[in-house]
Amino acid sequence: MATRAPERPAPPRRPGGKRRLTARHWRHTVDVKASPYAYVAPFFLLFCAFGLFPIGYTLWVSLHEWTLLDDEHTFVGLENFRVLLADSYFWNATFNTLSIGLLSMLPQLLLALWLAHLLNRPLRAQNFFRITLLLPNVTSVVAVVVIFSQIFGRDFGLINWVITSFGLDGIAWRDGTLSSHVAISTMIMWRWTGYNALILLAAMQAVPRELYEAATIDGASSFTQLRKVTVPMIRPTIAFVVITSTIGSMQIFAEPLLFGAYTLTGGQDRQYQTLSLFFYENYMRLDFGFSSAISWMIFVFILIIAGINYLLTNRMKGSIR
Amino acid sequence: MSHPPRRRAARLLVLLIAASLLAACGGGENTPAPGAASGSAAPANTEPVKLTVALFSDFHYGPLYEEFKKTHPNVEITERRAQFNDHHNNLVTQVATGAGAADIVAVEGGFIATFREVADKFHNLNDYGLNSRQSEYLDWKWQLGLSKDGSQLIGLGTDVGGLAMCYRPDLFKEAGLPTNRDEVSALWPTWEQYVETGKKFVAAGGKAAFTDGPGEHFRAMVEQAPVGFYDTSDKVVVGSNPDVRKAWDVAVSMIQNKLSGKLTAFTPEWTTGIAKGTFATMVCPAWKTGVIKDQKPGEGTWDIAAVPGGGGNQGGTHLLAPKQGKHPKEAAELINFLTSKESQLSLWKDASALPSLPALYTDPAVADFVNPYFGDAPIGKIFTDAAKALKPQYTGPKSGDVNVAMGNGLGRIELQGQDPEEAWKQAVADSEKIK
Repeated sequence: MATRAPERPAPPRRPGGKRRLTARHWRHTVDVKASPYAYVAPFFLLFCAFGLFPIGYTLWVSLHEWTLLDDEHTFVGLENFRVLLADSYFWNATFNTLSIGLLSMLPQLLLALWLAHLLNRPLRAQNFFRITLLLPNVTSVVAVVVIFSQIFGRDFGLINWVITSFGLDGIAWRDGTLSSHVAISTMIMWRWTGYNALILLAAMQAVPRELYEAATIDGASSFTQLRKVTVPMIRPTIAFVVITSTIGSMQIFAEPLLFGAYTLTGGQDRQYQTLSLFFYENYMRLDFGFSSAISWMIFVFILIIAGINYLLTNRMKGSIR
Repeated sequence: MSHPPRRRAARLLVLLIAASLLAACGGGENTPAPGAASGSAAPANTEPVKLTVALFSDFHYGPLYEEFKKTHPNVEITERRAQFNDHHNNLVTQVATGAGAADIVAVEGGFIATFREVADKFHNLNDYGLNSRQSEYLDWKWQLGLSKDGSQLIGLGTDVGGLAMCYRPDLFKEAGLPTNRDEVSALWPTWEQYVETGKKFVAAGGKAAFTDGPGEHFRAMVEQAPVGFYDTSDKVVVGSNPDVRKAWDVAVSMIQNKLSGKLTAFTPEWTTGIAKGTFATMVCPAWKTGVIKDQKPGEGTWDIAAVPGGGGNQGGTHLLAPKQGKHPKEAAELINFLTSKESQLSLWKDASALPSLPALYTDPAVADFVNPYFGDAPIGKIFTDAAKALKPQYTGPKSGDVNVAMGNGLGRIELQGQDPEEAWKQAVADSEKIK
């Protein structure tokens, strides 16, 4: 209010076409400069209330010995983090998360590329196939896991039925580290491959047709075209898909929980307990200080991964231009 | 709650009259002493009172509410239900934040210890005269509803989950073992004898395993001991309690003698196995008969014998009144009514909820009840015998978590081939870390 224009009949005294600070003009300036902030404000206010504040508060809780039902919360500094970093179960969960993440992401990406490539060609009933790709994604996680748990069953599972019919021994999918990771990765791939394929397909459709025509004239096969034309042209989109699925893989939760028939430890040997599940196990013991420390470590991991991704994407962009 | 003693005594009297009235109502319809009813009810019960009851499934309380309203016309009851885990998690949050809890809440056996820790967040039902009910109850069930120091009564028990041993007569017959349930019960008065029977079963060379997995057996053995996972000062004593070690060793011998089908309860292999007959016995709390039936193994496929070691219990519920509730007196009266002898009997008939009042165990409706699905097994008698035989054991705040840690240890021996001694050490260390 203090910056308001002094008095109205000012123009003559301001030569050189300097800005006239009339009230109207001022309002216009405010409108141009401030309105955008007002328009995005609702999101940021909500983000502060439900995003930023909880993150900060979680940090505060993580510095305390904090049990939900106790009225007293003693400040313990970084003790929770010290205990956490010395906890072999935490590192076990970190390993499982990375392992399941990698096992699901790499095949998923290749498969999605291949599917998108197939659908990028003139096809009969194109829309039908594209919609079909999305169907696994709209199915509820619970339903997916329940069905896959049956398929990966030890005694009556479909896969073991096939294996044993060849005279081999069935696999106790849930009991081994690698086998359980493969089973869980399969569920994740089932849900997300089609979704990623659609994103890649959208990017592929933006690739100029002439490039393919030229490649065809030069005698490049379909596979060579995919490798030499399509992939380089859609690199930024591939980077996007990689980033979203890595962040998604940090949050794997429902699959291991339900695969283990609702046991929070993710198997007797914690062989498929992910970070989120490890967090949930401690949260369910109402040990809020310790679980807050875990969620902060997950946050740090995500920051690190996002950072690596950022560097890689920058490099990729550089190589295109 | 600092009423002068005289008024408290008066309240008690009112309550007793009400209780005896309810007891009288059980037989005929609206029978005697209308004078007493109006006399006790008229002055206090005029303003309308709304009570909410929060449960984790359909307890079949509907008709009982109607009955209660006959004596408390001013009370309006609404019931809300949530899924089992959500219900208890919500309650923890509501108690911690001091808002949102119902006037009466159901708390299942696995969670009751958590809330005994914070007894001051619940109304002390002793203040409303409900300690008079102590003599009616199974002792251990009553103890579960007390605060840690025993000075406050925070909840009254509804049902119990008596323990039995379910078995498949067809597989027993193949293995040359008796199939009649009394003869089967006679095979295993102790857990060691149960293991011996298992060895015979395995020696007969059938394809099925003798039992599903050692976890539930271990839990049942620990719960039969005088001291379980905790001592009375809430210290985890898993590592030093010889009874826990003994249970562990029996469970390990079950694994080593190949009695177990390497199954974890509620996994798809396990549920399918119930119908397909991959295992011949399993530890069976009363509610597991429902799980068996859901798998449709066929009538008479499973039968029920006594559990080794004499009695046991798994699950069962208490009704508590959180201190947030504005109408503790009416809430206490409703709790008293819902857990009364008459109500528990009608709930047994309607919902197969096993009563927690031993006086009912001789009632023909319970004692003579047979279930045709389980070869006409007298399940009323089997499960109540088990509940009666159980000695009270102090339950620590995180018993459930300790049980998971120990069960995981047994699982590691069986499924990951861990050395039993190492598995024990790790399981004990895991248990002691739980706070």
